[in-house]
Amino acid sequence: MGEFEVHRVRFFGLVPAGVRCLACQPRGTRLALARTDGAVEVYSFAANYFQEKVIPGHDSRSVEALCWAAGDRLFGAGLNGEVTEYDLARLCAARSVDGCGGPIWSMAANSNGTQLAIGCEDGSVKLFQVVPGGIEFERNLDRRKGRILCLSWHPSDTHIAAGSIDILRVIDVSSGQTVQRIMVNYHVQKVKRECVVWSIAFLSSGTIVTSDSFGRVQFWDRERGTLVESHTVSTSAVLSLAVSEEEDSIIVGTSTGATYQFQLLPVKAGSLEKRWVRTKPFQYHTHDVRAVAHSSTALISGGLDAQLVIRPLMEKMQKKGYDAALRKFTFPHRRLVSCARKARLLLFQFSQHLELWRLGSTDETGKDGEVLPLCRMPEHLVQLKSKGPEHIYCSCVSPCGSWVAYSTASRFHLYRVQYEGNSVSIKKVPKMPKLLLPAYQLQFSSDSSSLFVASARGAVHVLQLLEPGGCKHQHTLRPPSGSPEAVYLLASSADGHWVAAVSGDWAIHIYNLKCFKHHCLVPTYSCAVTALAIHPVTNNLVIAYSDQQLFEFSIPEKQYTAWSRTVQSCGLHRVWLERDSPITHITFNPKNPSHILLHDIYMFCVLDKSLPLPDNSALLMNQGTLKQLPETARKRQLHAFKICKKFQPLLFADLLDENCLVMVERPIMDIKTQLPLPIQQKKFGT
Amino acid sequence: MAALCESFTLCGLGPGGGLGLGGGLLALEPGPDPDHVLLTDRGRTATLFKVSDQKPLGCWSVKHGQVITCPVVCNFETHEYVAVHDDKVLRIWKNQDINLDKVFKATLSADVYRIHSLPNGGPVVLFKGGGVRTLDVLLEAPQQEIENVISDEVIKWSEAFMEGQQPVLIFATEKDGDVFVYVQKLKMNSLHRYKLEQQESSKPLSFMAYIKKQIITLLCLYSNDSVYKVLIPLQQNTEEEEQILPKSLLLNLSVSGSVLKGTSFVVLDKDHIAVLGTLAVSGEESKECLTIWNTKFQTLQTSKELPLGTSGQLWCYEEKFFFTHGKVLTVIMYKCETSSLAAAVGKLKDSQTPDVSSFVNWNTLEDEELAASLPSEQPVALKSESRMSLRSKKNTVAKVQPDTLSVGQLLLNLKNASTTVFEDELRQLMSKVQMPDLQATIGCVVTALINRCKTNPKYYPRNFLLQIVQTQDLSYSLCPDLMAVALEKKDVYLLQICLQRFPDIPEEITCACLKVFLSISEAYLQRIDVNLESVICYIDIELNNKEVKTEIVENGFNVELEQDIWDTKITKETHLTAGGEFCPVGPQKAALLNAILHSAYSETFLLPHLKNLPAQQAVLFLRYLYYLYVKCSEKINTALPGIRCPTISQIMDWMCLVLDAHFTVMVMLPEAKGLLSDLHKFVRAQVRFYSELNKIEGSLRELQRLNHQKDPQTYSIEVLELI
Repeated sequence: MGEFEVHRVRFFGLVPAGVRCLACQPRGTRLALARTDGAVEVYSFAANYFQEKVIPGHDSRSVEALCWAAGDRLFGAGLNGEVTEYDLARLCAARSVDGCGGPIWSMAANSNGTQLAIGCEDGSVKLFQVVPGGIEFERNLDRRKGRILCLSWHPSDTHIAAGSIDILRVIDVSSGQTVQRIMVNYHVQKVKRECVVWSIAFLSSGTIVTSDSFGRVQFWDRERGTLVESHTVSTSAVLSLAVSEEEDSIIVGTSTGATYQFQLLPVKAGSLEKRWVRTKPFQYHTHDVRAVAHSSTALISGGLDAQLVIRPLMEKMQKKGYDAALRKFTFPHRRLVSCARKARLLLFQFSQHLELWRLGSTDETGKDGEVLPLCRMPEHLVQLKSKGPEHIYCSCVSPCGSWVAYSTASRFHLYRVQYEGNSVSIKKVPKMPKLLLPAYQLQFSSDSSSLFVASARGAVHVLQLLEPGGCKHQHTLRPPSGSPEAVYLLASSADGHWVAAVSGDWAIHIYNLKCFKHHCLVPTYSCAVTALAIHPVTNNLVIAYSDQQLFEFSIPEKQYTAWSRTVQSCGLHRVWLERDSPITHITFNPKNPSHILLHDIYMFCVLDKSLPLPDNSALLMNQGTLKQLPETARKRQLHAFKICKKFQPLLFADLLDENCLVMVERPIMDIKTQLPLPIQQKKFGT
Repeated sequence: MAALCESFTLCGLGPGGGLGLGGGLLALEPGPDPDHVLLTDRGRTATLFKVSDQKPLGCWSVKHGQVITCPVVCNFETHEYVAVHDDKVLRIWKNQDINLDKVFKATLSADVYRIHSLPNGGPVVLFKGGGVRTLDVLLEAPQQEIENVISDEVIKWSEAFMEGQQPVLIFATEKDGDVFVYVQKLKMNSLHRYKLEQQESSKPLSFMAYIKKQIITLLCLYSNDSVYKVLIPLQQNTEEEEQILPKSLLLNLSVSGSVLKGTSFVVLDKDHIAVLGTLAVSGEESKECLTIWNTKFQTLQTSKELPLGTSGQLWCYEEKFFFTHGKVLTVIMYKCETSSLAAAVGKLKDSQTPDVSSFVNWNTLEDEELAASLPSEQPVALKSESRMSLRSKKNTVAKVQPDTLSVGQLLLNLKNASTTVFEDELRQLMSKVQMPDLQATIGCVVTALINRCKTNPKYYPRNFLLQIVQTQDLSYSLCPDLMAVALEKKDVYLLQICLQRFPDIPEEITCACLKVFLSISEAYLQRIDVNLESVICYIDIELNNKEVKTEIVENGFNVELEQDIWDTKITKETHLTAGGEFCPVGPQKAALLNAILHSAYSETFLLPHLKNLPAQQAVLFLRYLYYLYVKCSEKINTALPGIRCPTISQIMDWMCLVLDAHFTVMVMLPEAKGLLSDLHKFVRAQVRFYSELNKIEGSLRELQRLNHQKDPQTYSIEVLELI
């Protein structure tokens, strides 16, 4: 097929924020995750754990606790003392209510999601009523000294267990009185250190499970206030704990990065007496496991090393499939890099700043695998810092490299970048048109004359860019039937005719830009769209879904192409479907219309539509084999998927010109060196 | 590692603390059941406690004006309590008795020093004059005359053990700075008096003793902050005159500049002792501490500060320390695991001790304990020096036993003694021998034994010799005749052990051993105990047994058929042997041959002796070597599994040696032909295989180089080809 000159970029210094808390939607299929920078993410179990929603962080809005209430409403509470409801359609913080008890350390919803209890710094437990359009303060429960670090409702909603320092309390909800007070350190004599109850769970049997800073997981009898069982799992703190809905399994996370499963098992086979047994230890994290969750089929843990680990419970799996794979998410399922093809620039998006880099160049050529000598080094041109506490939602650089745009929750910025010789000047475009913010995705047209802004309620704003540095609102495209969800992916055609927009309900709308009219809706598919792009020559829309399916939709003909139908009838290769990270970017080679370039975190693939699709008996990743075959023998082995796994983890890949690629990698080791040292663990010695 | 666990208070000792009556604690003794202790205070009261519940179960007091002078002990057989008040009045009562005035009373004729209660021997009473009676004997006639043994010495300490079925009492006395140790065997009514070697400018503060394998080990804490160890043999047949007991330094109680001034100590296990004392760091205030020391590594394992002060007494029962701390009696549990290098570097497999016995079991101490405490292999030059020092000591000390003076002298004296006396004497000699002399003495002992064997052909003390060879670090040169005698007696087990242990066996003897091993019939060997550890991992013993079985079954068949089977079996067997599947020798013989393969030799000296090997034996040996070689080559690491297995180079070397020595014979011998050609084929195949491996080495290295390509920089432009 050919040789590429690959610009292998490893200077994108992204350090994902650590995972602070996790919340599984009760009886639902979604997982909410909050990071230490205040960002909140929602993963959909139904869509193969795709990260479907991201609400970027905010400096003053740390999230200490997340919980789902009233079905699918998501609440967060943090050290700013406020309880915040998140708008998952508009991907922003909707309303905040002050808890009036100082920093909030914990929050829990009752079993039917009508009440929220928060645990505050001042030692109070407050109840809030979840009402349509927000929450209302209901009353204070018994207040004692010591911050409430964790809370758990009894499944019958009559009592709340609250963990504090050295102590845990059981509060009667109806009377508001403390009915039981348990000193967790009572039987350990003369302990100087305080014992922090990090996490608590109230089981329907009346047993209270706590995890504490002494590395213990303890089971208490609520009525008598006695210790029933104690398991020391770690020499350092056990930070987090989660119970399965059937209350037969518990996952705990420790500050050494290890997680353990406890299971309620019969003492003997067939015996009725059951006991909690520590069954499975896992060591997937290098740092504190601050958050764990227990879904019906998997143990989920999130650590300060920014990893979200989903470990399926094999005993709950019916068949080997997509759900049965252990997965580790370190990077977001969306692009943080944009590329100016013509100007050979890369724009990196960090949480609060942008970096613009110019790629280096070489004038030599070589054989496969060779590293070419550089004649120009890459250059860091501009660092753009976003003012204010809000984190960046999205950013983009125009193909010509002279425009850079980004958006935060409340502000939208467009810059004009000018290059004169070696100097770079950057000028903010004044008098921006008032738009409905935030913008969720930005996309410049290929001739850099207009900017598409993805907005809430399915709207796409079209801004016309004016020389030397101005901009004008041209039109707003809206789906004809309206949509409550925000647009999160955009694709525009090279000829400037079409733009495709994907909103949170996974509907893909195509608009005609010549007449600013809604053109059509791509047939709805029951899975999240992870990437899409419009072919520059054929105007076919290529769509990648989170279940790894690929579709090609002809925009002019408003129907799936013949190739797409072939793909659907033949089916994709089994190995392709079993991949566990979504395609995050699609691009094309204008010189070779049959090629589709796509990538996920672990591979880069050139899909050649002119070649036959591989069947399940064929080797999908066959590049290595092909290289060893003589030229003549290769013919018979060729298939459509040309996969390269050399570049990992791959955050971004794009085609600069006909045979020049850019690959942005972020080695995990580079991130690890940026993280604080983990708890020192002795490997040798006594 | 030893570790101290959490502590708890058993009871208060102050006026309000239940035990009352000040004066502190006299002693603490084990109670009638596990987890029970008997506390006797320095006044009128004895209290029985259940330790884990921290609860007093019973309390008995004598009348006002009377004082308990001897710790209350429990008679484990009858569950009665025995106490002495006002030195002479013996009281015995049971649990349900409340008033001590109304219980059994006996007034004795002499002052009691202490009563020792033994788990299955009944109480033993030690009088202040050194007389010893069992309680039963005493109760028969309470007013019986008690002899005074120690004249004007004062008993400082005493302890009792059970040795076999007889109680043994040991006590230490002091007079004018001299310390004497008495060992009394009650059943035999024998009393030994020893004098403890003097320590300049320091005196003993505390004693501990334990008994193991007929030897009492006495540990003494001296005021120069050291713990010394004294070995006292219990096997003393004859009443002898006073002997001087030499002592060796066990432990110096100092760690990085600070010195522990010990006041009392207890032995925890073979490597650990606990010392209570004040830790004096120069320039700092001294603190009282409870410490655990490892005597093997001479290290302080753990310590606990006791800021409220102690009475200086320390007791230890059932893995718990008891001591007074301030005004309370404190109990600390401890854990004491066997120290090993593996544990020290954290490589020890987590082996939970199955159940923790409540008393230290001295019989579990390992054999090496004795040897290990002695510095091994002193340079020869030291020997004379130490003897000189001994002589000089003799001048200072009034009387010295004659046998430490010259071992040779003693052996000469024993030359004509009867066999049992002779062995007894030698055993004794070995138990009390001075350390630097150990090697030489044992050499002399073995030589004496061997000489006796030579003069008396019927005499062959096999077990004694085995014991000596197995436990002591002997060498061939120390007892050159030992192996010769063993060869003569065809004692293959002793020969095997010698081959394994002696570093300096001459090639002639090695060859003689080989000859004997090869010539002995398998049937004879099967009856003999041989160390099989080097062969059991690779020789299929089952297979041999199976053969025996089929043979027995075949006895039922008619002759013709049997003959037939025999023929096929023989051919099959030889075939398999050629293929190297069956071992040509039995496991016992194989183990013996392995010992030969393992021994050190020099080719030039070995070769002439090897030539004397009969041809048949040489072929058998070669066949065995070939079998080993094939076995080795089966594994990728070309090593045999198991302990003390021959290595591939040893096998190869011996193979070459045998071929060299018997080249012409091998070529001529028809039965060697098949073996040689097999050997040749196998070696040729191996050579081919290795040369092939050599060829691909280059490619493999290239692959490795590709894998280790250096990490890319933060930016590079590379060429990627997609096909």
